[in-house]
Amino acid sequence: MLRVDDIQLAFGGVKALSGVSVHAKTGMITAVIGPNGAGKTSLFNVVSGFYKPQSGRVTLDGEDISGLRPHQRAYRGMSRTFQNIALFHGMSVLDNIKLGAHTKLKSGVLSAGFRLRLTRSEESELSAEIQRDIIGLLELDRVQHHPVEDLAYGLQKRVELARALVMKPKILLLDEPVAGMNREEKSEMSRFVVDVRKNWNTTVLLIEHDMSMVMGISDHIVVLSFGKPIASGTPDEVRSNPEVIKAYLGAGDELTPAQKATAGARSQ
Amino acid sequence: MVSNVQTPAVPASAPMFGRTFLWSCLLIAVLLALPLVAPRYWVYFAGILGINIIATHGLNIMTGYTGLLSLGHAAFVGVGAYTVALAQLHLGLPFYIAIPLAGCAAAVIGIGFGLPSLRIRGLYLVIATLAAQFILNFVFVHWQSVTKGDVGLTVQPATVFGFPLNNETRVYYLILFCLVVATWFAVNVIRSRVGRAFIAIRERDLTAEVLGVQIVWYKLVAFALGSFYAGVAGGLLAYFNQFVNPEQFGLLLSVFFLSAVIVGGMGSTLGAVLGAIFMTLLPEFLREGALAVGGTFGFDIASILVPLREAVFGLLMVAFLILEPRGLAQLWKRARTRFSRSDNVA
Amino acid sequence: MNTFSAFLEYSAVGIAAGGIYALIALGIVVIFKSSRTFNFAMGEMMMLSAYFFYTAAVTFSLGIFLGVVVAIVGSIAVALLIERLALRPMMGRPFIAIVMVTFGIGSIIRGIVGMIWGPNDLQIPAILARTPVMLGDIFIPGKTARAFAIAVVIVGGLIAFLRYSRAGIALRAAAADQITAYSMGIDVRRVIAFTWIIAAITGCISGILMANVNTLTPHLGLVALNVLSVVILGGMNSIGGVLVAGFIIGWLESVTGWMLGTEFREITPYILVLLLLLVRPTGLFGTKEIERI
Ligand SMILES: Nc1ncnc2c1ncn2[C@@H]1O[C@H](COP(=O)(O)OP(=O)(O)O)[C@@H](O)[C@H]1O
Ligand SMILES: [Mg+2]
Repeated sequence: MLRVDDIQLAFGGVKALSGVSVHAKTGMITAVIGPNGAGKTSLFNVVSGFYKPQSGRVTLDGEDISGLRPHQRAYRGMSRTFQNIALFHGMSVLDNIKLGAHTKLKSGVLSAGFRLRLTRSEESELSAEIQRDIIGLLELDRVQHHPVEDLAYGLQKRVELARALVMKPKILLLDEPVAGMNREEKSEMSRFVVDVRKNWNTTVLLIEHDMSMVMGISDHIVVLSFGKPIASGTPDEVRSNPEVIKAYLGAGDELTPAQKATAGARSQ
Repeated sequence: MVSNVQTPAVPASAPMFGRTFLWSCLLIAVLLALPLVAPRYWVYFAGILGINIIATHGLNIMTGYTGLLSLGHAAFVGVGAYTVALAQLHLGLPFYIAIPLAGCAAAVIGIGFGLPSLRIRGLYLVIATLAAQFILNFVFVHWQSVTKGDVGLTVQPATVFGFPLNNETRVYYLILFCLVVATWFAVNVIRSRVGRAFIAIRERDLTAEVLGVQIVWYKLVAFALGSFYAGVAGGLLAYFNQFVNPEQFGLLLSVFFLSAVIVGGMGSTLGAVLGAIFMTLLPEFLREGALAVGGTFGFDIASILVPLREAVFGLLMVAFLILEPRGLAQLWKRARTRFSRSDNVA
Repeated sequence: MNTFSAFLEYSAVGIAAGGIYALIALGIVVIFKSSRTFNFAMGEMMMLSAYFFYTAAVTFSLGIFLGVVVAIVGSIAVALLIERLALRPMMGRPFIAIVMVTFGIGSIIRGIVGMIWGPNDLQIPAILARTPVMLGDIFIPGKTARAFAIAVVIVGGLIAFLRYSRAGIALRAAAADQITAYSMGIDVRRVIAFTWIIAAITGCISGILMANVNTLTPHLGLVALNVLSVVILGGMNSIGGVLVAGFIIGWLESVTGWMLGTEFREITPYILVLLLLLVRPTGLFGTKEIERI
């Protein structure tokens, strides 16, 4: 499905990514973990086409998409959420979600302005589809007409997920979807991600710090540290990898004491 | 933060097109009847108002919805006006061709100025539009052989099936028709995929791009559409005044449209209407007020009217930007909620 | 006189006139450095100062020296008022909203000046001698040459001041990184107010000089809009580049005025701006910033 090969990315002197490769297999949840500043978000930005790496390749379904602009990648079925919530203020929840379907619709300005049949039918289909597949799944029915900036943080994250989902992406990139959430919200969000994969067979690439989520739902994990891949494998393999434990313990503040304890305990 | 999102309250902004439609029909009926009952001066005034609303819709699409600041809107209105004057003078085109042509001319010239800077972010477009304001006005004044310079051009009345639109009332109906279409079109665009792309670009262009919005294309569309509206407004103005000269399209008029958009509420179609109405009425009140004051104290007020207008436009712009960036549309909405709430209680 | 020496003469006159533009540009760039604000009201601040001078020197017959003092004090007061009442509340808002605010302020000032002093040209007392200056066989009108000399002295003085004074160092720290500047104990708000004072001074002097070379009208300030345009394209990062932009505008106006006719002077800077946008859309010295989402 999505392959990232040997990416080198530097900002001036700072090497954000050196030699990173990730393979997200069809229908799987692949997680990218690593301490803050490890380059995870930069990797996502390379994949979405927002950063141009100095070298390396990104391929989607066998097609080299390294040279494509971000919107062209979206048209090929790539969708994502952002670490720092990036919703569009001044629009309702529903309109934010609809924007996520931009690549699926065809209306141009004339068709839209004169409300031609094309626009009428695709808008009503989209609305129906959102009500049917998204609003219920993510439990957003009560807030769908609210201005998005009025929602609480956890709900905003959910709207972002909804916006990324409407296009029924082939590959979905989630950048820290549960950061800053409480335990209950976290388990809800994990469930949404698993449901999405199950219902639509979407391939997911996930960045997350929350080890219980990552270990619980991922099929494959890649660990980055200071822009370098230091380990990869199944959750169990990664958990017991000494390099990983070192990187995490070295970073200190990355894990809560409880998580450190589990990570440590597992490795012994 | 909304804390009561759990209570299934009436959706804050649920679409209510049914009721809006009824009100719109009523309003149009009233506007159709206006010339039958109102004095001529009112009709003239309503015509100007309609033209201003159309042009303000245009600027609102670019600046209010898409975040593309234009300081040269008046110049594009001018392009439309001169297009009509010239199309009629040299080609004898009828109005139903000349007016769309005016819109297209403004859109093409607008893109000519805007294209280089629409490709990039930042202040460059603002400068390009400022350049358009001064350069186009320069062309109106100095391209003597075509525009007759400061003297200007006279425009023959438009004719519908041989029936000349040779007084305010008749042109008024033409304006009203264009106004209704223009408003309906703007509302439709905004509640479509295209309008969502506009707002997304204004709010977070890079995020929009990652989600599949081709930002340069949509900025171009917004800019062309906004200029088209300006051109149509200019074309109507030419028929209405039966006369075009450069003085009408100076920087002050650009300030006027910008303040109408800001005062009405950026990114609200209702706001564009309210803003244009408010800003068109304001100078009239200023004049009446100034004349009253002048009469009382016996000085010559007429000479300060133009600068007074300029100062007040600027003042309103600044005040609304600081105090109520969502403009009259927001005040209106708030008033209505309060009103309907007391309705429910009663 | 042959064409080449005419060209030299118009060039010299233009560059001399550019001294005033450089002064305006300096006022624009210091405010930008402290607060990322593009001051579209710079021209009106400048024009208003010239009216202050006129009122003090002519209406109240205070003479030239006191007139200048009054004008500078008045301009500073206005600048601080603008900063405090209109721009401080806008901190953190989108740059386009801030541009609209300064543009609106320009409109307010133009209107107020029109109401108080009327639309007609006013003659301000001649500060500058008319005797022409000869550079070899190049003839430069006396007022232009002297305005240039004054502008250069003031620009030089201000640059030295910004370079070596504590306030100037604080400005550079704030320009580089506001947050770090805060943490170093620099009061960024005061730095911003300080740059408005500098802009008021440069605006005031350029306004008085400009009114001396030409005449005084409420439209005197419009030149600052084209200075601003060119300066933005020249790149707001270096003071040197901005000053050069000022001289280039002066030169171009003079030379195109000579070649194409004086009416072309006013739009020359905008044509330059459009051409630059075509060939170098990100500006002359613009660096592409890497952004984050
Ligand atoms: N736009 C940018 N400009 C400069 N440096 C950047 C930029 N984006 C990321 N970096 C640097 O790259 C490194 C990796 O950052 P990031 O990808 O955000 O890490 P993570 O998401 O793993 O926490 C950091 O050192 C960060 O400062
Ligand atoms: Mg990150």
